[in-house]
Amino acid sequence: MTATSVTGAPVTGLSAGTAPPVVTGIGVVAPNGLGVQEWWDATLRGESGIRLVPGYDAARYPSPLAGVVTGFDAAAMLPGRLLPQTDRVTRLALVAAQWAFEDSGADPAALPEYTTGVATSNATGGFEFTHREVRKLWTEGPGRVSVYESFAWFYAVNTGQISIRHGLRGPGSVLVADQAGGLDTFGQARRMLGKGAALVVSGGVESALDPWGLLSHHSGGRLSGVRDPARAYLPFDEAAAGHVPGEGGALLVVESASAAAERGARQVYGQLAGHASTFDPPPGSGRPPGLARAARLALAQAGVAPADVDVVFADAAARPALDDAEAAALEELFGPYGVPVTAPKTLTGRLTAGGPPLDVVAALLTLRHGLIPPTAHVERPVPRHRLDLVRGEPRPARVRTALVLARGHGGFNSALVVTAPSGAPAAPDADRGPRTEPDADRGPRTEEEGIA
Amino acid sequence: MNDIVLPEHSGPELHLDGPRLQLADLRNVLVECAGDLDDVELGEAALDRLFTDLGYDSLAILETAAAVGQRYGVELRDEDVAEAVTPRAFLLLVNRTLATAAQGTPS
Repeated sequence: MTATSVTGAPVTGLSAGTAPPVVTGIGVVAPNGLGVQEWWDATLRGESGIRLVPGYDAARYPSPLAGVVTGFDAAAMLPGRLLPQTDRVTRLALVAAQWAFEDSGADPAALPEYTTGVATSNATGGFEFTHREVRKLWTEGPGRVSVYESFAWFYAVNTGQISIRHGLRGPGSVLVADQAGGLDTFGQARRMLGKGAALVVSGGVESALDPWGLLSHHSGGRLSGVRDPARAYLPFDEAAAGHVPGEGGALLVVESASAAAERGARQVYGQLAGHASTFDPPPGSGRPPGLARAARLALAQAGVAPADVDVVFADAAARPALDDAEAAALEELFGPYGVPVTAPKTLTGRLTAGGPPLDVVAALLTLRHGLIPPTAHVERPVPRHRLDLVRGEPRPARVRTALVLARGHGGFNSALVVTAPSGAPAAPDADRGPRTEPDADRGPRTEEEGIA
Repeated sequence: MNDIVLPEHSGPELHLDGPRLQLADLRNVLVECAGDLDDVELGEAALDRLFTDLGYDSLAILETAAAVGQRYGVELRDEDVAEAVTPRAFLLLVNRTLATAAQGTPS
């Protein structure tokens, strides 16, 4: 085995053909770190990006805290031509996509023209840009409204701008399902790759923290009004009282296993082994919510049994009823205290469509480093939840399979199963014992593996 | 885009008494409205290059035309702006429109 904790698995271990798609590049823009390494280090150290929203008197708002990306200098990071036509959300997305490509080393121009695509999620669009243009409309007249308002506001604009900038001329999609949409992009990437695409940029980035945007988050009715950044967002805690919104997210370069192997990709973070989405039944139907069903369907698609799951990245809504429902789904799937559960999003707030992609990155890095990032700030877990909630320090663990869960306001559920690269040694960082070979009993059980 | 017929390269030849848009002015408004040209200098050599080759698409030119219109007090028709595909053609359009307006005759 030549893989190390830094370089991950050798790509030669990939099986071609029907093997699950693989992640080869990551770009992170998060409230507690710009770039995947900075963010991961901050996450393991427990550094929070939740703060008073800057730039105006947010303290007058009922929920003034958010996960805020700091130190992001768009003018230094993007061509000047892109600045007048982009909202902050698109600038963050363009930088994340660029970093993902740089990380992966993939060159879209080297692939057949229509085999490269984009699938992103965004739930709020370009709020700050639109806020400014609407103000101009009412104070200076329609002639003053920027022509770029025509698309800069749009939740589809990140997919379009990424496609144009990187020459990704194949399939393009946008998924809108609050938080769940961010996870659905990976299911969409799987579909695109299954239909012949070689490479898809997927994930999501969100930013709507201008005064209008912050108020819009508030109108959803699920924000915490607590003003202490360390006490405002406490999922699965006795003191859970809603969440803190945030901006940022992650974009990933996802390739078919064969495309990554053919070009000799320098790294594979992991496999997108299975995905499923479900929708909750209408209130009063008597039927259970759809989260457990989404997880079960995703596990089935991955060919993974619940007992094979090594860690769950929870949706972590932090509304007591929603936490109860998620805890019940996890107990139904895994039994009481049956699997480590974590929510590193406690350090960033809920990033709407940007949140689940960041959880996918956390899952991939947990596979690689053998360290489960903890759920921050939670001191009094609700006893009836019977969850093995990872708290305090990062937990060393041999992790081959991770389940990422996401829910969206209005009944959306999404689940993604991420598995270690085929042929990769398990969690080198945590593998402090004598064992150096992969554990045959706990390898990824993808249904395709036997016939590849 | 191959069927675009470039305007005659006769240069702006109108002599105006009123305000007149120069290449340097156009450059400033373009950068303000549609962003900096990272590696292209918008000088005399660029007068007859297509805006699209300079990195400015039709929306960038519409945005610029709106700003020029407000600043110089002229109303540029979208159809005319769409046909002004080079800096020289754009300057001609603006300055002819200004001259026409100065003479008080409808265009």
